[in-house]
Amino acid sequence: MRREPAHGLAQHLPVIFPGLMLTVFFIVPFGTMVLVSFFRRQQGGFYVPDFVLANYARFLTPFFGNVLAFSLYLAIAVAVVSLIVAVPFTYLIARSRRQTQVIWLVALLSILSLSEVIIGFAWSTLLSRTAGITNLLVRVGLMDAPKALVPGFGAVLTGMVYQAMPYAVLVLYPSMVRLDPTLTEAARTLGASPLKAFFTVVLPALRTTLIATLIMAFIFALGSYLLPQILGRPSHWTLSVLITDQALYQSNMPFAAAMAVFLVLVSLALVTLTMFVGKKLEA
Amino acid sequence: MTKLTDITVSRRALLAAGATGAAVLAMPNVLRAQDRSLKVGAYGGYFKDSFDKNVFPEFTKATGIAVESVAEPTGEAWLVQLQQAANAGQAPADVSMISQTSMLKGQATELWAPLDAAKIKNLDALIPAFVNKYPDGRIAGIGAVAWYVTLVSNTDVYKEAPTSWAYLWDASNADKLGLMALVSNSFLLEVTAKTFFGGTNALDTEEGILKAFDKLAELKGNVRLWYRDEAQFEQALKSGEIPMGQYYHDVTGLAIADGFPVRSTFPKEGGILDSGCWALSKASKKVEEAHLFIDFMSQPSIQALVTRKVGTAPTVKRSLTDLTDAEFAAASSEIDPIIPRYDMQVEKADWLNEKWTELIVG
Repeated sequence: MRREPAHGLAQHLPVIFPGLMLTVFFIVPFGTMVLVSFFRRQQGGFYVPDFVLANYARFLTPFFGNVLAFSLYLAIAVAVVSLIVAVPFTYLIARSRRQTQVIWLVALLSILSLSEVIIGFAWSTLLSRTAGITNLLVRVGLMDAPKALVPGFGAVLTGMVYQAMPYAVLVLYPSMVRLDPTLTEAARTLGASPLKAFFTVVLPALRTTLIATLIMAFIFALGSYLLPQILGRPSHWTLSVLITDQALYQSNMPFAAAMAVFLVLVSLALVTLTMFVGKKLEA
Repeated sequence: MTKLTDITVSRRALLAAGATGAAVLAMPNVLRAQDRSLKVGAYGGYFKDSFDKNVFPEFTKATGIAVESVAEPTGEAWLVQLQQAANAGQAPADVSMISQTSMLKGQATELWAPLDAAKIKNLDALIPAFVNKYPDGRIAGIGAVAWYVTLVSNTDVYKEAPTSWAYLWDASNADKLGLMALVSNSFLLEVTAKTFFGGTNALDTEEGILKAFDKLAELKGNVRLWYRDEAQFEQALKSGEIPMGQYYHDVTGLAIADGFPVRSTFPKEGGILDSGCWALSKASKKVEEAHLFIDFMSQPSIQALVTRKVGTAPTVKRSLTDLTDAEFAAASSEIDPIIPRYDMQVEKADWLNEKWTELIVG
């Protein structure tokens, strides 16, 4: 069946609405941000419309370079760990009984109803010396004395993976459920072990979904600014934390906007690269 | 013909009457006093709750003006919101509680409507430092509350109270401290200058400031938490997870009253004395009510009430209030305080922020 091109307003309407929403809620705010990033900062005041590159120049220092590199590293780590945890988990859910699936999915979705603040405080208590899980380890004799696991990189990573996991599972689940079970059966009949079948048949069949999950978790982690503050040391603060500092506490909107534009560009480049590599693999 | 004219006249009369009616409704002073209201911004949480419960009702009782309180965030977020709203001719709050650095920044854009000294009868009762003025002498804001940031510790972990800010640098405190994360709210440069370099005048020059930064760098290894969120540190201090740091004297007092093992100490170099002003947005149309409000809040009896109920230090001269020694000591101290260098904080804001961020993050 060949699709006829749309004619007239009535047939274009379904496209106009999302287009309008995209313009109002994405293009206009993003355009404003790009515009403000070139405005001139007035110290002690706000900003005046202008075209200066000082905001970008201030950003291009080894210090901010390091912060950007750490932010990307953290986001990649969160994406990879989320994927490693979510894939076997979703695979097991997808192959279990309907009722079990529902229970697991509802439990997972309920994480989404928690605010970032609550997640941060809960983990900082769980990982603390005075009330944390190390006390349990001491009780069962695995450790000599309770130890603080927060603040630290491990704590930040744990909190952020916890937060990104439900999203990863939600992206993976539909493909996993739809995956033809005869594929693995065929592999097993031909003599592959369950593990080998999983790695050589299931994962390659889901390649596109896996890349989509990776990108989503990456973008999600890149924007996080609360958990690195609550669970990390200053060296674990992401660029988003510094952007918030500039925007809210220093009222330096132009500099905050310049950093944000830079962050968007870098993440777009990385996403494009990932998709390109994904296409290459498929070919 | 005459008939037509008649109709025209009556129609005009009707329009005129309507316009007058609308004008009458629009003029607040024509309405009954009970219908007058004022939107007041106060720091959300403990401050706003205490004012809502203990102070604002007194004002309504005395003047008939209803107070609609608005929770404002601390830091500069509120200043940014007020400024952007004022540019659009809006006032999210008529009168707001504003920090000293935000007062100076708002002055730069004339955000604060100048206050009329003649309408504030209690002006003389105020401590002069708490009357915030534009460079040309117009009054930009009037001291609302003053509070101390002191050296706090967990009494289970530290049996003896520390006596000096210098103790923060002690090698035995490695990874034990909680300090505020911003140069503009921790005032640690000022603390360092007063503790080690003879006073905050040491920060007059950039060399002096850099020397203070170097001294602060030595402190870094002792700090476990650089906090933006007060609740995070308070929680850790009470449990002993982070047993020492800088925190608000008033809120620590409440924690002590609740039985937590914490103490607040005024070090011999003094506590950090910070304060907030009542300031009127230039976009506000309730100028009359705002003056009544600010004057009411500046009465010694109301300042004493605020000290008793909210736990902040009075902004009027102590001798004018009926505060007992114990009541005064609960909120304040006779030790010469460390007054933040607001001028430096505003003039060198970007440079300080950059150095500070590099110090604690790098």
